[in-house]
Amino acid sequence: MYIIVVGAGKVGWNLARELLEKGHEVTLIESNRRRYLTVEQELEHNVSYGDASELWVLERAGIQRADMVIAVTGDDEDNMLICQVAREKYLVERIIARVNNPRNRPHFDLLGIKPSVSATDLILRLLEHEVPEYGLVHLLDLQEEQLEIIEMLLGKDSGVTGRRVGDLHMPEGSLLISVLRSGKGFVPTADTVLEEGDEVLAVLDPGKEDDLKALFGPEGNGDGG
Amino acid sequence: MFVLIVGCGRVGSSVARGMLRDGHEVSCLDEDPESHARLEVGLEKSWEDLGGHFTVGAGLETEALVAAGIERADAFIASTDGDNTNIIIAQIAQKRYRVATVIARVLDPLRAEWYQRQGLHTVCPTSVAIDMLEGAVRKAAEGGGADPDDSAAAA
Repeated sequence: MYIIVVGAGKVGWNLARELLEKGHEVTLIESNRRRYLTVEQELEHNVSYGDASELWVLERAGIQRADMVIAVTGDDEDNMLICQVAREKYLVERIIARVNNPRNRPHFDLLGIKPSVSATDLILRLLEHEVPEYGLVHLLDLQEEQLEIIEMLLGKDSGVTGRRVGDLHMPEGSLLISVLRSGKGFVPTADTVLEEGDEVLAVLDPGKEDDLKALFGPEGNGDGG
Repeated sequence: MFVLIVGCGRVGSSVARGMLRDGHEVSCLDEDPESHARLEVGLEKSWEDLGGHFTVGAGLETEALVAAGIERADAFIASTDGDNTNIIIAQIAQKRYRVATVIARVLDPLRAEWYQRQGLHTVCPTSVAIDMLEGAVRKAAEGGGADPDDSAAAA
C-alpha cells in the first residue's frame, strides 16, 4: 500500500517507521523545517517537507495514488481538513485522523471523518512503552460505554505497596482489573498484596483519574481520594 | 440580524464595527482577551455600551460558540488567522447549527476555491490582492506607467 502520513511528531515518526518495516511505501510530511531535517536523517527520501494542508504539497506527495492518508499532527483542525480533502477531493479510500483534544471528537464525527483515533488508544500502542513513575497511562477509552482503562506503575514510595487489595478504598466508579508483576499479569483477589514495581490496570468512569492518582501515588494512603 | 464573528483580528474587528454601525447585533469570539481593545479602535464608547458582545474562547470549543450565541446567529464569519480553523468552524456553523449565512476567510486560494465548490462561501483576500496587483501592473504597462494617484500627486 502507498500511505501518506502527515505530521512527523513522535507519533507520525514511529508510525512511518513501523509501516516501512511492514513493507509499505510511505511518505511522511512535516511542516517544521528543523523537525523535518531531524527525521530525514533516518527516513531519508520517505520524508517530505511542507504544509500538508496546502493542496499542492499533497499532490507533490502523490496523493492521487495514495491508498491511505493518516493525519497525526498536533492540530485537530489540520487533521480534519487534511482527511476531508484526502477523501472528498482526492478520493483516497482510507483515512485515519488523530484527535488531540477528545472534546473535538464530535467535530470529526460531524464532518464524517472516520475512523478518528484519540491520542490515547491506538497511537499509544505504537509508542514505546514508557510509563513515568506514578504516571497514569490511558490504555483505552470506551467512548460509547463511557469507560476508560488506565495503567499505573507503583513506585517505592507509593502509598499502596504492601497493602491488601481488599483493604484499598477504591474510588467509586473504579475497579482494579489486573496486576502486571515480573512480566506476568493476573487478576488480583482481595488477598493480593501490592508490591513495588507492580503495574496495575484499572477500569474507571471518566474523570476519576485524579482520585486514582491520589490513591496510588506517593501521598496516597490507600483510603481513597 | 445577529452576526457572530470568530477571530477578532484586523479583518474581524473591522467587519464587526461595520455590522454594528449598520444596526445589526454583533457578537465576537476570540481566544485572546486583548483583541477586545481592537474592537474599540475609533469608537467613542465601549463596545458593550454600543450593544456589542465579546466572548473569550476558541472557535472550536462548543461551549464558547454557544456562549457567543451561535444557536441564534443569522450570519457567521470565520476570520481567525488559521485557514484550516476557519474552514472547519464554518462547516460546524453550517452543519451543526444551521446558520443561514456562513462565510470563511481563507488565505490560500487553492483551498478557498475547492471549498467554495463544495458549497462553503469562502472569501480569499490573497486572490483579491493578486488580481489588484496584476491589474495595476497591466494598467501601468498599457498607460505608459502612470497611475491616477501618482499623476495627481505629480500635478
